[in-house]
Amino acid sequence: MAASHRTARVVSPVRPRFDVAVWSYMRWSGVLLIPLAFGHLAIMHLINNVHVIDACFVYYRWAMVGWRVYDALLLWLAYIHGLLGLRYVIDDYVHQPGLRRGLKGLAVVLGVALLTVGSVALVGGVRVTELPGGC
Amino acid sequence: MKVKLRVQRFNPERDARPWWAEYEVEVEDTDRVLDALNYVKWHIDDSLTYRRSCAHGVCGSDAMRINGANHLACKVLIRDVVTDGGTITVQPLMGLPVIKDLVVDQGPFFQKYRQILPYLINDEPPPARERLQSPEERARFDDTTKCIMCGACTTACPSFWANGEYIGPAAIVQAHRFIFDSRDRGAADRLRVLNEWFGVWRCRTIFNCTMACPRGIQVTRAIEEVKALLRSGKLG
Repeated sequence: MAASHRTARVVSPVRPRFDVAVWSYMRWSGVLLIPLAFGHLAIMHLINNVHVIDACFVYYRWAMVGWRVYDALLLWLAYIHGLLGLRYVIDDYVHQPGLRRGLKGLAVVLGVALLTVGSVALVGGVRVTELPGGC
Repeated sequence: MKVKLRVQRFNPERDARPWWAEYEVEVEDTDRVLDALNYVKWHIDDSLTYRRSCAHGVCGSDAMRINGANHLACKVLIRDVVTDGGTITVQPLMGLPVIKDLVVDQGPFFQKYRQILPYLINDEPPPARERLQSPEERARFDDTTKCIMCGACTTACPSFWANGEYIGPAAIVQAHRFIFDSRDRGAADRLRVLNEWFGVWRCRTIFNCTMACPRGIQVTRAIEEVKALLRSGKLG
């Protein structure tokens, strides 16, 4: 008798919160960021180094759409992951509601601005014709 | 063996701020930290104040911060926290107001406990004999039935330290115990509370609670199960 209750028990509706989406995002982005970040680390700091990486390096790398997608994923996933982490910090440590809202708003504005700059760079790519020596 | 007991003390009627008292205590290495505290109280300084009751890890009265981590003083052996001639640091639980010495005000802690409706809710007509439950259904929430409400988990939680409004791991563990009980019908009411801004979403998966639990409850796992349930809305 008791077992029959279990299969049918649905405890919704509980008002969905933004936090549910944030929780899911943090977990999935965290999993995806592990290979993306370590891959980036390997390419930019282990396989290559600061003596090799210049505008031409980026130009040739971004000539392949796959690397642009890779970098875009890294940028968006990591940046939003970090911003949501900052939201946690603000929620935990800023106890004045007005200041909390203000800081979160500031974080969103700065975050959107920086994501825009990063995205513009990714779409625009490197203008090799403007480089003094070309590539 | 001889050890030094360094105890954080505070008497609100006399002290402006907490201070450290040091006591030289002769103990066996198989004694418990509670035995050392008892020795101080009975033979050196009877003004030392702390809670203890069963002294066997069941009542949860003597949860305190020992060498920087939450434990039950009656379950921690001297040899597990100090070597001969060493120092044991004892402090009250963090995040709750100190009443005196190692005694904290548990009022806010139990107020959060009451919020999650910690009792069986079922308005269906009771069967002739009892509400049956299979061993598998009982096993679903077995881990969280072990909670003794000592408060070690909640007061070890940095999220709780940062914001005392957070309902805390202990209340979530208690909610888990009823939410996943096949005989209970109050899950939605409890989940509504846990879904509030002071509820489970303030957990940052730090795992301090799991490490602090003297009963070995997988506290963080229980919290994550409640979060997953809030997302899916389905028990099963």
